[in-house]
Amino acid sequence: MYTFSNRLKIGSIILMAIGLLGIIGGFVMAPGTVEEAKAIVASHDDGHGGGHDAAASHDSGMEHGAAAEHDASHDEHLLSQLKNRPWAALYVAAFFFMMIALGVLAFYAIQRAAQAGWSPLLFRVMEGITAYLVPGGIIVFVILVLSVLHMNHLFIWMDPEVVAHDELLQGKSGYLNPTFFLIRAVIFLGGWIAYREYSRRLSLKQDESNDNSSFKLNFRISAAFLVFYLISESIMSWDWIMSVEPHWFSTLFGWYIFASMFVSGITVIAMVTIYLKSKGLLPDVNDSHIHDLAKFMFGISIFWTYLWFSQFMLIWYSNIPEEVTYYVTRIEDYNLPFFGMVAMNFLFPVLLLMNSDYKRINWFVVLTGIVILAGHYMDIFNAIMPSTVGNQWFIGIPEIGAILFFAGFFIFWVFRALTTAPLQPKRNPFIEESRHFHY
Amino acid sequence: MASKVIQAFYNDDDVLMHAVKKVKAAKHHIEEVYCPFPVHGLDKAMGLAPTRIAITSFLYGCVGLTVAIVMMNFIMIKDWPQDIGGKPSFSYIENMPAFVPIMFELTVFFAAHLMVITFYLRSRLWPFKKAENPDVRTTDDHFVMEIEIHNNERELTDLLTGTGAVEINISEKNSH
Repeated sequence: MYTFSNRLKIGSIILMAIGLLGIIGGFVMAPGTVEEAKAIVASHDDGHGGGHDAAASHDSGMEHGAAAEHDASHDEHLLSQLKNRPWAALYVAAFFFMMIALGVLAFYAIQRAAQAGWSPLLFRVMEGITAYLVPGGIIVFVILVLSVLHMNHLFIWMDPEVVAHDELLQGKSGYLNPTFFLIRAVIFLGGWIAYREYSRRLSLKQDESNDNSSFKLNFRISAAFLVFYLISESIMSWDWIMSVEPHWFSTLFGWYIFASMFVSGITVIAMVTIYLKSKGLLPDVNDSHIHDLAKFMFGISIFWTYLWFSQFMLIWYSNIPEEVTYYVTRIEDYNLPFFGMVAMNFLFPVLLLMNSDYKRINWFVVLTGIVILAGHYMDIFNAIMPSTVGNQWFIGIPEIGAILFFAGFFIFWVFRALTTAPLQPKRNPFIEESRHFHY
Repeated sequence: MASKVIQAFYNDDDVLMHAVKKVKAAKHHIEEVYCPFPVHGLDKAMGLAPTRIAITSFLYGCVGLTVAIVMMNFIMIKDWPQDIGGKPSFSYIENMPAFVPIMFELTVFFAAHLMVITFYLRSRLWPFKKAENPDVRTTDDHFVMEIEIHNNERELTDLLTGTGAVEINISEKNSH
């Protein structure tokens, strides 16, 4: 049995406390009025000044009244972007950590459905990580409900006034309407959590039983879950990520988000496994298991890049105005995060994890893992921020606060879940093969 | 130069593995082992150095990537920068996404083909090469371990008989 070390517990609580302060700070600092918003922009923005001058000279050509109206609408826009910032920071971090647990759940179901012989030794680690799906998913759901209740403006299609003046959104309202949106979210989260809890129970039951019926049932529900998962994950990505930019659409978006969550999930499995192994708690896990996980990190990183590039290149090449605005705003306002993310998620893992020997060096895997996780946080950041805060983005107190809070909560919940069962399954039919796994 | 070798025949890969370990423990140099199929762990038991072919492949891939970049930079940007359907041919980076498929394919092409050719060269394989197996049965169901004899014929025969060899031959061999 694993006992939650006191240092780790206190560390995670401190992370949560600091993060909570940061989140609250972000909400306190958000402007309430147009004047405050202008003051914030004036106080720490030099680069933006050029744009304002250009806009001013442009305004002078208009009639005076029209110019004033234009200014007012610009200020309103600015205010809503700055108001969005703490919400978007919270949402990105909440989604990111939920996505890790969901990615691990998909990996776990694949290992069960594929009857993999190497991984059963890691099932308890994966089950521990997926435990976060329950609170993490509920937090994301609460944020979505708050959006529907107009506490924020993350999703502009939820604003009836915007929809009233927007024919495109009216055309999509059969799908993008708040009630249906929440019903879908309940179905997806309910399905994922139900599989997680049921599979975990069967997994523990298998340890105590004297036949393999629980194992076989687990195999079947895992295969069924994967069908549900692929459909629900795709729709979830349209709902929770793509719809912050409701005028834009992309067909492979669901796969793209899937690759992101899958590689982050595998990375976290590797990091938690290495941590527990370093404490001597997983004596049968050897370098070959780490090697396999590192191969997955390497391969899925390339898969993510393939999807990222396919989406980008198709839109860049054909350059159709209704699609390309998505990338125009990202390249103009988010140049470094947008392309820096590709370096972190592709170049770094490819060069560091190509060598077979490096995949067996634990600190090397952890180091690469940290870069991959940061890169995929930036991936979600780049998906949400340009549509919610636009060029008013910054990685400051609200963003870092939200990351720290959810990181602390994630560590706390995952390691607490790990204490509830022995770290090595007893009666899994493949456990012997897994113990002797050697690559 | 002609030399004498002793050839021990085995008909099971497990027996062969044990025999190899025993011969290594007795500090004899194993000249060669002929197998009808890959035996896992044989290279390790024989103490062969790991292959470096993956490293050559990586370097060939780098060459392929360079060829692709230099070629397309010259053709599309330097030599005749036409406006083709509005694509920005002002600099390589501006039109880079369009070149990525070719960059990728040439990297893979060079890495794969040059590595295969390297493999053929290093293992001396070509279409009209004379087959080198000492006994036709080694391509079907027998394994042969070959050890050079240095006036220790007796000792070697005894050692190999003890390892479960089904047949032991002594033959002249021309070293290449």
